[in-house]
Amino acid sequence: MRLRDAVSAVRESGDFGPLHEAIPYAQFMGITAELVDDDVCGRMQYSEHLVGNANVPALHGGTLGALMESTAIFKLLWHGETEAVPKTINITVEYLRGAKPQDVFAKAVFTRRGRRVANVRVFAYQDDPDKPVAVATAHFLLVQD
Amino acid sequence: MSDSFLPQKDEIRRRLEGRYIGAVPHNRALNLRVADYRPEHLSLALPYREDLVGNPETGVLHGGCITSLIDAACGGAVIMSLVAPRRVATLDLRIDYVRPALPHQEVICDAHCYKVTRHVAFVRAAAHHGDNASPIATASGTFVVFRDSRRDVDGDSE
Repeated sequence: MRLRDAVSAVRESGDFGPLHEAIPYAQFMGITAELVDDDVCGRMQYSEHLVGNANVPALHGGTLGALMESTAIFKLLWHGETEAVPKTINITVEYLRGAKPQDVFAKAVFTRRGRRVANVRVFAYQDDPDKPVAVATAHFLLVQD
Repeated sequence: MSDSFLPQKDEIRRRLEGRYIGAVPHNRALNLRVADYRPEHLSLALPYREDLVGNPETGVLHGGCITSLIDAACGGAVIMSLVAPRRVATLDLRIDYVRPALPHQEVICDAHCYKVTRHVAFVRAAAHHGDNASPIATASGTFVVFRDSRRDVDGDSE
C-alpha cells in the first residue's frame, strides 16, 4: 500500500496498522500507534535489538528519539488535511531516565500547529506517564518545499 | 584511512568497532561501522538499507535511524576524549535537518567532543553522504560522564 493510501485508510478506520505496514523502518523498530481516549498514543514494542547498553540494561537513546519523532508524525498525519508526510525540521531529545528493556509509549502535544510549521512536544514513558523516560521538542514542515 | 604501513591502525579500528558497535545491540542491528577516528573525534557510517526507509515513495532513510547514528557517534566521541573508559549517557541531543537526505546512500556522522568537564561532555556533529562540506544534518549534544566506577558496570542514571 502506498503511503498516502495508508494515511487515508488510517483516517477512515482509526487503526494505525496500514501506516505501520507502509513504513519499513516502523516495522524494523516495532513502532506503531493506536487511539487511546481519542488521542494518538505511540508504542515501541520491546525487542533485543533496541538495547543500547546491555550491562545496565537500557534502550538505545536513538530508539527513543525515533519513537517520539514517529509519534509526532503519526499525530500530525491523523489531524492533517493532506496526505503529505510532515518533514522534520529539527528535533531536540532530552533523556531523563534510563529506559528499561520493555515497551515504550509516547504522547504528543501540539504546542503550535500553523499552516506551514508545527511545534510538537512529545513525552515517552514506560510504566508511569508521569515519569517520562525522555521528552522531545520538534518542528515539522507541513507544506512541500 | 587504511594506512597499510601502519597495521596497528586496523587493530585499533577493530577494537573500536567491538566497543561502539559489537557491544551495543542496536548499533549492531543498524550495521554501523567505524569510518574514522582520532582523539576527541569519531565518525560512524550507517549503510543504506531498504528496511530503514521512512518514506517508501522517496526511499529516504527514516530520521529515527539518523538519530541513533548521531547519538552513537557523539557518545563515542566523548569516550574518545576521556583518559580512562567511563560510562556515558546522553543528556540531550538536538538535530537540525539542513538538507534532504538522498536515497540509496550511506550516511556518515562526524562527531567532535570539543569540551569535557568533570561530569559533563559537549559534542557537535554533522551527518553527510560522504562530503562533510555538504551536511544533511547538524547536531549538538551534551553527555553526563559517570565517575563512579561501580556505575560503569551496573549503574543507572538515577
